[in-house]
Amino acid sequence: MSSWIDLRAVWEIVVVGLLAGAGLPALFAIGLRALGTPGKGHVKISDDELVGGSRAGIPIAAACFAIVLAAIGYGIYIVVISGHGAK
Amino acid sequence: MSNDVVLALVIVTGLSFDFTNGFHDTANAMATSIATKALGPRAAVALSAVLNLVGAFLSLSVAATIANGLVSTGLVTLAVVFGGLAGAIIWNLITWLFGIPSSSSHALIGGIIGATLAAAGSHAVKWQGLVSKVIIPAVLSPFIAALVATVGTYLVYRIARSMREGSRRHGFRIGQVGSASLVSLAHGTNDAQKTMGIITLALITNGTLAGGATTPLWVVVLCALSIAGGTYAGGWRVIRTLGKGLVEIEPPQGFAAESSSAAVILLSTHFGYSLSTTQVATGSILGCGLGKKGAQVRWNVAGRMGVAWIITLPSAGLMGAISYFIASAVGGTAGILVDLVLLIGISAAIYWRSRSTRVNRKNVNSDWTGTVAPSRAGVTP
Repeated sequence: MSSWIDLRAVWEIVVVGLLAGAGLPALFAIGLRALGTPGKGHVKISDDELVGGSRAGIPIAAACFAIVLAAIGYGIYIVVISGHGAK
Repeated sequence: MSNDVVLALVIVTGLSFDFTNGFHDTANAMATSIATKALGPRAAVALSAVLNLVGAFLSLSVAATIANGLVSTGLVTLAVVFGGLAGAIIWNLITWLFGIPSSSSHALIGGIIGATLAAAGSHAVKWQGLVSKVIIPAVLSPFIAALVATVGTYLVYRIARSMREGSRRHGFRIGQVGSASLVSLAHGTNDAQKTMGIITLALITNGTLAGGATTPLWVVVLCALSIAGGTYAGGWRVIRTLGKGLVEIEPPQGFAAESSSAAVILLSTHFGYSLSTTQVATGSILGCGLGKKGAQVRWNVAGRMGVAWIITLPSAGLMGAISYFIASAVGGTAGILVDLVLLIGISAAIYWRSRSTRVNRKNVNSDWTGTVAPSRAGVTP
């Protein structure tokens, strides 16, 4: 490994960056879509209504949003720990 | 005794730089949210300011890089640090006047390196640290951010394409509040630390701290407050260029761009890379234009930014060197004072110049007509 460029760090930033920076937004999108899926017997909803009322949709959405929030929390935790622990 | 006066001047100038860093970079976190109206301009800068403040306390990895990794602390004097800061502030103000989202970090590093070269010659610069911790991340980070944002935007549109237009816009605006908050927090972790690093360097130079020392708490607190204050002031000119000039942004794109920026900045902070949050944000915004079919990317605006990126390090370096030469030609505390008067004069002139083409929270979202300041006729409420 060259001392001028830390390839491992670059690689890690790309991979983790894709997972967190593109994967989490995708998961959020899945959550939004599940949340907005219209449920049975649903009559009429306004155009910008977020909750569609699907029975399966709401728990899926909750799970997606929970994973996103947990991942963000974990990420910040790691930065804080390493940013003060290491000299 | 006079050394203490100089040290105080250096610290105040450092905090002033941090303030310009804040308002120059509000755009990185909030430009897309303001452009998509996910947040009102006033609320956006307030939220960003608070989160920058919090972020500044989260990590010290980058401060360590700046304080100990770039120049030989033994060969640097307070006049060098002051010269570097003065150069950085002037370059930040010039680019702000033109609404160019250039890197505050490069302005700072360029200024310090330029002043160091002028004072002690090339052996005082730790070239390897400069290349591996600053130059390489600078070259790579916009591309990584653009890649992540392109993939993110593509996925988000793919997944959300069956959603109703209104609920999609509504949902992703809410998402944007979260993602923009994270960028602000990440900005605090990376950029606030740069000034902390420089002030730590000044304290080491002065002998107040031992070489290799970590940043004292009072420095962290003062820097956090300065960058938050600057952020709240809001660099509307740069916000406008990033939010309206580069790509016309919809909420899902803004959300994807901000998520990408937050992830890349936080990861880099983690590795102690002092990367340019500005360049990451710009890369992400370009990426969110590339990832959506039919989105228009204004490459001429991007090209102008690219030029500014390349010349920021050398230009700030040149200004840092000039202000060091002026200070050392006059000599001693008087030299620093002459520099200070010049710095205040130039800053005031730039501010005065900016008044004739104002951009503020009222016209920041006016349609892009090719210039930073919207034409009077084009002002929308």
